[in-house]
Formats: sequence, structure tokens, C-alpha cells
Amino acid sequence: MRWIWIDAFTEFESGRRARAIKNVTLAEEYLHDHFPGYPVLPPSLMIEGMAQTAGILVGEAGGFREKVILAKVRRAEFDDYCVPGDTVGYEAVIETMDAAAASIDGTVYRNDAKIGSIALMFSHADQAATNLGLPEHNFVFNDQFMDLLNTYRLKSRD
Amino acid sequence: MALSRDEIFNRVKDVLVEALGVEDDEVTETATLSGDLGAESIDYLDIVFRLERDFSIKIPRGELFPDDLLNNPEYVDNGKLTPVGLEKLQEAMPHADLSGFADNPDVSRMPEFFTVGTIVNYVERKLAA
Repeated sequence: MRWIWIDAFTEFESGRRARAIKNVTLAEEYLHDHFPGYPVLPPSLMIEGMAQTAGILVGEAGGFREKVILAKVRRAEFDDYCVPGDTVGYEAVIETMDAAAASIDGTVYRNDAKIGSIALMFSHADQAATNLGLPEHNFVFNDQFMDLLNTYRLKSRD
Repeated sequence: MALSRDEIFNRVKDVLVEALGVEDDEVTETATLSGDLGAESIDYLDIVFRLERDFSIKIPRGELFPDDLLNNPEYVDNGKLTPVGLEKLQEAMPHADLSGFADNPDVSRMPEFFTVGTIVNYVERKLAA
């Protein structure tokens, strides 16, 4: 099972920017604990949603050959909550990208109104450090994940 | 108009405050990035990206922080830079004051010589080039 916190991509410009959405629903069990009687999407999961949107954007730019790892949350600011019934939008824009890493400027929307910003850094694991003892196979964008991308109708550039 | 050293320092300070989440007054010319300001490896790339954006300069990887050289077995013997390695490092880092490093060029001591002033020197040279 993969830990997936976006439902669909709504916009995708290779190597530049992407926008994904997540629908928040009371069928998700954790919302009953966060918090009992007052369900709100945890901001930490919005960071994860942005990281997935941005990670796929960065991965696609490199033909999904690199192991794209979230390396740093540069900034995460939220002005409001997301609750069941809301659609959360994650817009990720590549600010800088080179062989070793990428930085992302992200905006979070609730039903198209801006409610936060998240800036992230990703590392291309093999390029950034060769001595971490990471597996050779691409454990980030594995076969199961690539199948999932077909669900998103987002395919690798050859 | 060319930026003065003070202006460059203040902008570098803003970059470090943002990148490392440190307080303004912690960022002094002599503060070391790793020891005093707590920078970790990904932070160095973050700093490079921010400097490129804020000063509109291009920083080739390995130019500001020549970590490729410090990881090159050709120049490192038993954890210390060889004389050739030391020469290469001095050549690669004219922006750093390495005078205290030559006596004991243990690679693990290198972060002690990488200060805020080192970055200011680098940017100053880069803008003047």
C-alpha cells in the first residue's frame, strides 16, 4: 500500500509547475481523531500532499530515473483549516533544479481560495550522496507507483 | 551600483536567517555554518539556491563549498588532506581563510573554517568578477 495524499492532478506543465487536488471526506478515519467532534485535515498531511505533488513534478522532469527524496521543509504556513467537504489544491512551482536537488515554491488552496504556502527542497538521492547505502533500484518511483501514475493519466516522457 | 561589503553581509544574513531558522544576532562574520548555526548538508544546497536567486548569480556546484574535493580519495589520506589536496583546496577556496587548517588538515575540521564571512567573501568576489 502506498501513502497517497493527492487524488488527481488537474494541471501539469513538465519541468515547471503542477496542481493536484485532494477531496477531504469524513470516511477517512483519522479525521475522527483529529479532532473528536471537530474534524480538520492535519497541516502535516497538507505538507505531505504538497510533497507528493511536487515530488512527482520533480521526478517527471527527470523521466522518473532519480530517487527524489523530500530533504527539507523550508517553510510551511497555514491561515485556515480544511474540513470534510473541502477540496484542497496543491500548486507546486519549481523554483530551482539541478542535478543534485530541486527547490519548490508551493501554494495551498481550499476550494480555490489561498490558505497557505509551503516551500520544500528535494534531493536526488544518488547525486547528493553516494555513501548512504541506498538500494540501487528506484524505491521511490517503483512499478506500483508508475501504475498509479497511469491512474493520474500522467505518463513518463521517453 | 556595486554593493558594499556591509550590504552583502546583510543580505547574506537574511538568507541564513531564512534558510537555517536562526536569529539575526547569531549571524556574525565569524560564526561557523555547521558549528554555530547548525547547518546540515541539505542546508548548504538551500543556501546556494537562495544566494543565486537573491544576488542573481550562478554558483557552479562545488565552487562555494568544494565538498567534491574533500570526498575525493585522490586528495584524502587517512582522513586528512594530502599536500596536493591542500593546495587544490586553497586554489578552490580563495574566499576562505584556511591559515589555521594547514597544520592539521583533518577533513572533519573543515566546517570550522567555513564561516558566514566565507560566504560574504565569495559573493563579493563573484559580484566583482
